[in-house]
Amino acid sequence: MANMDLQVEISGLKLKNPVIAASGTFGFGREYAEYIDLNKIGGISVKGLTLEPRKGNPPPRIAETPSGILNSVGLQNPGVDAFIKDEMPFLRQYDTAIIANVAGNTISDYCRIAEKLNDADVDAIEVNVSCPNVKEGCLAFGSSAKGVAEVTSSVRKVCKKPLIVKLTPNVSNISEIAKAAEEQGADAVSLINTILGLAIDIHTKRPVLKNNFGGLSGPAVKPVALRMVYEVSHSVNIPVIGMGGITTGEDAIEFFLAGARAVMVGTANFANPKACIEVLDGIALYMKNCNLTRLDDIVGKLELN
Amino acid sequence: MSGVFKDKIVDMKMLREDIFRMTILSEYISSNAMPGQFVHVKCGDDSEMLLRRPISIAFADRERKTFDIIFQVKGKGTGHLAGKKAGDSIDIMGPLGKPFDISESNKNIAVVGGGIGIFPLLFLLNEMSKSQRTVSYLGFRSKDLIVLADDFSRLCSRLEIATEDGSEGYKGFVTSILENHLPSENFDMIYTCGPAPMLKKVSKIAENFGVLCQVSLEQRMGCGIGTCLVCSCKTKVKDKDDWKYSRVCKDGPVFWSSDIIFD
Ligand SMILES: Cc1cc2nc3c(=O)[nH]c(=O)nc-3n(C[C@H](O)[C@H](O)[C@H](O)COP(=O)(O)OP(=O)(O)OC[C@H]3O[C@@H](n4cnc5c(N)ncnc54)[C@H](O)[C@@H]3O)c2cc1C
Ligand SMILES: Cc1cc2nc3c(=O)[nH]c(=O)nc-3n(C[C@H](O)[C@H](O)[C@H](O)COP(=O)(O)O)c2cc1C
Ligand code: FES
Repeated sequence: MANMDLQVEISGLKLKNPVIAASGTFGFGREYAEYIDLNKIGGISVKGLTLEPRKGNPPPRIAETPSGILNSVGLQNPGVDAFIKDEMPFLRQYDTAIIANVAGNTISDYCRIAEKLNDADVDAIEVNVSCPNVKEGCLAFGSSAKGVAEVTSSVRKVCKKPLIVKLTPNVSNISEIAKAAEEQGADAVSLINTILGLAIDIHTKRPVLKNNFGGLSGPAVKPVALRMVYEVSHSVNIPVIGMGGITTGEDAIEFFLAGARAVMVGTANFANPKACIEVLDGIALYMKNCNLTRLDDIVGKLELN
Repeated sequence: MSGVFKDKIVDMKMLREDIFRMTILSEYISSNAMPGQFVHVKCGDDSEMLLRRPISIAFADRERKTFDIIFQVKGKGTGHLAGKKAGDSIDIMGPLGKPFDISESNKNIAVVGGGIGIFPLLFLLNEMSKSQRTVSYLGFRSKDLIVLADDFSRLCSRLEIATEDGSEGYKGFVTSILENHLPSENFDMIYTCGPAPMLKKVSKIAENFGVLCQVSLEQRMGCGIGTCLVCSCKTKVKDKDDWKYSRVCKDGPVFWSSDIIFD
């Protein structure tokens, strides 16, 4: 392992390794710091931040489904100012990349949050145009190339950090949308956010989630995510960060082969607080067994039949 | 602090057709557990179920280094758990959550439980000091569904049972006996855990009689440690005419009843 190099650079965002905790599944890192050494992971994408604090949706907010979960949290967060003041000092104690995941109701929200974050010590901004659990903004922008182009170009004008645009799978042509983000100056794209779904309680004849619909994540979405990562990485030149159901190192390798330069681990953290570390160890083990020393040796190396 | 452990089941007893008491060998959890806390239990493989299930700690034996959970079979997860045997290993996270506030200065205590809510109260009673007088109020649907009555009578000064059909003890809801007793009892603390309508009623009664009350809430959980924000309950924001969503797993499961907004 001595000469194995797991470092990656995503358009200016330097990661010591390609495993990042996915937004919304890792809070602001505090709780997981009890279970793992945060210095060991490549980065943390924090819970989605909005301009003002948000209360989120009424409970129940989670339903278990076959090999997956549905959530309808609805972007509960303390707001970007409180994040900078109360959470950044804690996060900065660790040697790991901090990615601020941001969401807005309007384009001007996105821009104002990005401006505030210019002066904060975050390493990159991940623009979430893909949350299925809020009524306004967000997914409304993310579901069309035009919407994504508008948000990306506006944020790009004010944002001084590496800019990642997080895409939704709830569209018919994700490549077109990724291209729109690239054309308007995104440094990278990350995908997939959750897939809109429904779970029904047959006894009450009502949805399990109070908010009715929710976002599906976990192993159930992995094949969809892989297909999309493959398509997007073949239609844009900017780096792709892949996620959706990654639970093991082998899962991550599939994403690299499909074209991802880095991966995010989300739902897997819930059942296994050490998931990020285990995914990282699994990647290293695969590379060792295959006598590979650099991630570039596998990124995008999928050959279609 | 809490951890993730692969521990060993050392005993498994059936208390009722659908209720099991599992004893687990765990030095860490048994020595750190406090009443009101829970463990997050992996009940099956990832392919069968992705999420852990929250189960209260019902007893801890610090000398033997074991703790107990008592659970009712409700669905897939608890069904799997019921199939485990002594000698099997179990993947468990804990102890988690905010425990009951147990102050020795409270001398006269009421403990009110219904359904699966009675299990954490057993641990609470066990950890109380001998100088504290405790009255337990437990509610069941009918006589044949009563469990743990002997354990409760052993641990408290007096046990009151209510059954909905009147087949044992008081006929009706357990909250009615509590309400009848409060004017003559001088309780300085009420602890309660059980179905939401019961908790709401107990909180209301406590408020009416000006008695402090701690409730232990249930909500569907993901991470169990405070990061995913799915396990929310409505709580008051101090000094403001406002509310927020708190996390049952981290800010609770035990809350002061006066802080909760019941829907
Ligand atoms: C803090 C806390 C302590 C608890 N302590 C105990 C205990 O000591 N003994 C006991 O028998 N039960 C306890 N419960 C309830 C127990 O967690 C559920 O009965 C169990 O999760 C049901 O899982 P299942 O797979 O059998 O049922 P299913 O209905 O198949 O579960 C489906 C999903 O819903 C969740 N769920 C269903 N019912 C509940 C519920 N009441 N609370 C939370 N999540 C639920 C499950 O975890 C799972 O994710 C506690 C719950 C909480 C929140
Ligand atoms: C409870 C929960 C909350 C989430 N919150 C956010 C969020 O705030 N912002 C965001 O961009 N994605 C959010 N996501 C999506 C994840 O970051 C990720 O895109 C998705 O869950 C797929 O990955 P996974 O299958 O590994 O979880 C959330 C997911 C879950 C399960
Ligand atoms: S279950 Fe994740 S915050 Fe409570």
